[in-house]
Amino acid sequence: MDWLFFGEISLAGLAMGGLYALIALGFVIIYKATRVINFAIGEIMMFAAYLFLAFAGGMELSAWIALPLAVIGGSLLGGVIEKTMIRPMLGESPISVVMVTIGIASILVGLVEFIWTANPQLLPSFLPREPVFIGPLYLAPKIAYGFLIGAALLIIYLLYFRFSRGGVALRATASDQAAAYSMGINVRRVFNMAWVFGSLAASLAGVLVAATGGLSPQFGIIGLSVLVVVIVGGLDSILGALIAGVFIGWLETVAGAYLGGEYRMPATFLVLAVILVIRPYGLFGTHEIERV
Amino acid sequence: MRIGDAKQSYEADEAIWTSGTQKLWFGLFLLILLLFPFLADSYLLYLGCLVGIAVISTTGLNILTGFTGLISLGQAGFMGVGAYTVAWLSLNTGLPFPVTLLLAGLMAAAVGILVGLPSLRVKGLYLAIATLAASVFLHFIFAEWESVTGGMGGLSLEPAHLFGWTFQSDFMMYFIIVPLAVLMVFAARNVFRTRIGRAFIAIRDRDISAEILGINLLRYKLMSFALSSFYAGVAGGLFAYFFRVVTPESFPLSMSIFYLAAVIVGGMGNLLGGILGAAFMTLVPEALKLLTAALTPFYPDAPVFMSPMLEIIFGALIVGFLIFEPHGLAEIWHRIRRFFRLWPFRN
Repeated sequence: MDWLFFGEISLAGLAMGGLYALIALGFVIIYKATRVINFAIGEIMMFAAYLFLAFAGGMELSAWIALPLAVIGGSLLGGVIEKTMIRPMLGESPISVVMVTIGIASILVGLVEFIWTANPQLLPSFLPREPVFIGPLYLAPKIAYGFLIGAALLIIYLLYFRFSRGGVALRATASDQAAAYSMGINVRRVFNMAWVFGSLAASLAGVLVAATGGLSPQFGIIGLSVLVVVIVGGLDSILGALIAGVFIGWLETVAGAYLGGEYRMPATFLVLAVILVIRPYGLFGTHEIERV
Repeated sequence: MRIGDAKQSYEADEAIWTSGTQKLWFGLFLLILLLFPFLADSYLLYLGCLVGIAVISTTGLNILTGFTGLISLGQAGFMGVGAYTVAWLSLNTGLPFPVTLLLAGLMAAAVGILVGLPSLRVKGLYLAIATLAASVFLHFIFAEWESVTGGMGGLSLEPAHLFGWTFQSDFMMYFIIVPLAVLMVFAARNVFRTRIGRAFIAIRDRDISAEILGINLLRYKLMSFALSSFYAGVAGGLFAYFFRVVTPESFPLSMSIFYLAAVIVGGMGNLLGGILGAAFMTLVPEALKLLTAALTPFYPDAPVFMSPMLEIIFGALIVGFLIFEPHGLAEIWHRIRRFFRLWPFRN
């Protein structure tokens, strides 16, 4: 076995896993606050990446202006989706709400094809190009810097939710909605902010992933990998999202490199199936006690 | 206006037909179905067959999702199992179609039971993801098990045959697909007049309460999975005979979503809704194609925008129905019926 090759692949996988962790964090924020499983998260990522393409490629803005604009655009999209399509579904069965997000995903794919056509596109490169070496291991610069940016946002998020008023409001709403409401927390605003913050994380990750791998209307398929991450980690666990994100990203890349691209999805879904059988609520998820 | 709907016995309450008028209308509907292939052109016939296949599969998913409350994103995978079973059997054994279709259904039901096994521990959306995993594995098997499935190239098969007849044209296929669809919807209707069907509904409404009432959850959940995937398998087998080529890409995840959408747009937990939803969701893209063809002389770009429009309309239908008409087309149908029944009074 070639340990150098394995190390390099693992490193790339871990970096990719960092981005997965970021997306999964966005997913978990939305789930914790609103109990909505967001099947459209891949499509929100895609939409933000296309916005970046429009700002940086079409309007020829500097990438460092286009990136925040695209991320803000993506998070606004999340807020609008919550206000217009998720809010009316409050109190409906989980199946219905999930189907609404699947519908939203389809609408977003259609919109993107409508505006930017179905052809694959390349994002203008904006990350530094000199190769990165960690010890003897080479890491593609796009992945390395993408990971650094993603990790920075991840840390900001973790600090924010731990210490700020908004973060406390979100955690309070997640643990007991009625109590939070009676304590004067504006639960509706928390719902909306959760979608905005969740989509923000997804949008940034979307631009970074698209910068390494290209962009097409099928980009949203990455949402399936994220789904695996959050189920393995536990839907309502931030820690779970981080650990599972890094692990699934690593596994996917290693399986792809050693077994071939067609084994990427089955490998991660195999882990998913095993975890579901052993721990139906994910590694770190809350086991909810049902009462009649 | 019709009055006096009080039922005096359980038999009357459970009866499929509550009035002679209903029987009359249904007879008329069957007559139209019978005459349709003789009057319709080849395009309409093709659509009729597609709708028939969709009705079978949607009814199956409705049993699982609408009546038992178990969400499945694996319907396309189960259809694939049925399609590959039919293709393999017709290539390697030359059995007549009723046998291959039955075996396709049974094979899919067996796979369905296997997929349903976690359903006792895994609930709600976690279960949806488990079925998603199953469909990923199935797709992988379809693509990689080349000695049986032909790999990415897939399998092409001979037309269906029975007693020396070959069912090659859409016209002939119509006479397999549509009677089978009617039969299977009827069978489903009857399931819900039995203990089994009532157990499904009890599980949907609250599984813990159902268990306390003495319903064996695992047994009935697996039964629901088996029944639902049996329908999917038969639909997949018909799909194979109809298109006569089966590839892994014939049964993508989007197809599972399509059937879920059909169940929702039609009305969850309502067999009539399943039929309406399947027909509606199959015909909307075709209507859009016609519209595009009509617009092309005026706007030459129209065909370019058709596929994105289709995605948008598909999504908007799902979202719109769930927000504004959660009980689906079936509810609209009932409203129309109520209007005529209560006329000249309102509501």
